[in-house]
Amino acid sequence: MSDFKVHIRERANNIYVLELKGYLDAHTTPTLEEAFQKMLNEKKFRIIVNCKEMSYISSAGLGVFMAFIEDVRAGNGDIKLSDMSPKVFNIFDLLGFPMLYDIVKLEEEAAKKFDAQ
Amino acid sequence: MANQQTYKSTLTIPSQTERLNDVREFVAELARTHGFVEDDINKIAIAVDEACTNIIKHGYAYAPDKSIVIDIVRKGNDFEIIISDNGKQFDANAIHSPDMKDYFAHYRRGGLGVYLMKRIMDKVEFNLHSDKNVLRMIKTLH
Repeated sequence: MSDFKVHIRERANNIYVLELKGYLDAHTTPTLEEAFQKMLNEKKFRIIVNCKEMSYISSAGLGVFMAFIEDVRAGNGDIKLSDMSPKVFNIFDLLGFPMLYDIVKLEEEAAKKFDAQ
Repeated sequence: MANQQTYKSTLTIPSQTERLNDVREFVAELARTHGFVEDDINKIAIAVDEACTNIIKHGYAYAPDKSIVIDIVRKGNDFEIIISDNGKQFDANAIHSPDMKDYFAHYRRGGLGVYLMKRIMDKVEFNLHSDKNVLRMIKTLH
């Protein structure tokens, strides 16, 4: 069975980090959907998704990001992604996701971008 | 002929998303054995994951007691994956590749599985038979 976990961590300036770990596929997407829904319910719109320990993503996983980006931006926030392995980044890149999403190397860069807003 | 040597391996799984990891491990291990580099191994595993996810979701409408058969055949430099199911017929040949600019502009969701399969594999072919759907995907070793 695919193993996937989300850990939510708070940073300064109302920034929240979703740390993803494991395999994000059609079986595990509800875990990430719940985490994003919790952020929206609590009106936490400044979100960094730290992908350092994410080993895999399929289109089902990409779909979760599509489901929440509009609402998050409507709340004057953003979903920024960081710390992706080349293997995972290649899948985002293959479908052109950097056109819509701010994908940075390190979590600190994403935090600085939020701080500058 | 030596370069036409054929290798075949089969995995049958029940139509459950919790088995996607088993499918990926099966395909990845064989792709590695046959000499693909790590990035290609990951991509081939994704293409097969996408195909099985579509069958579970659309072909079998999440009925958990159906079967999906995954055959891996090596012919010359071609690594061929044949996925068969008995679910609802689905002509993915008719699916057009999305315009991603438009896709993002309208915050669309879903519908990227077949496109991803086509981007990753060298050949993707859906065949409808009277009793089953057969998907053939080929990645050529260079």
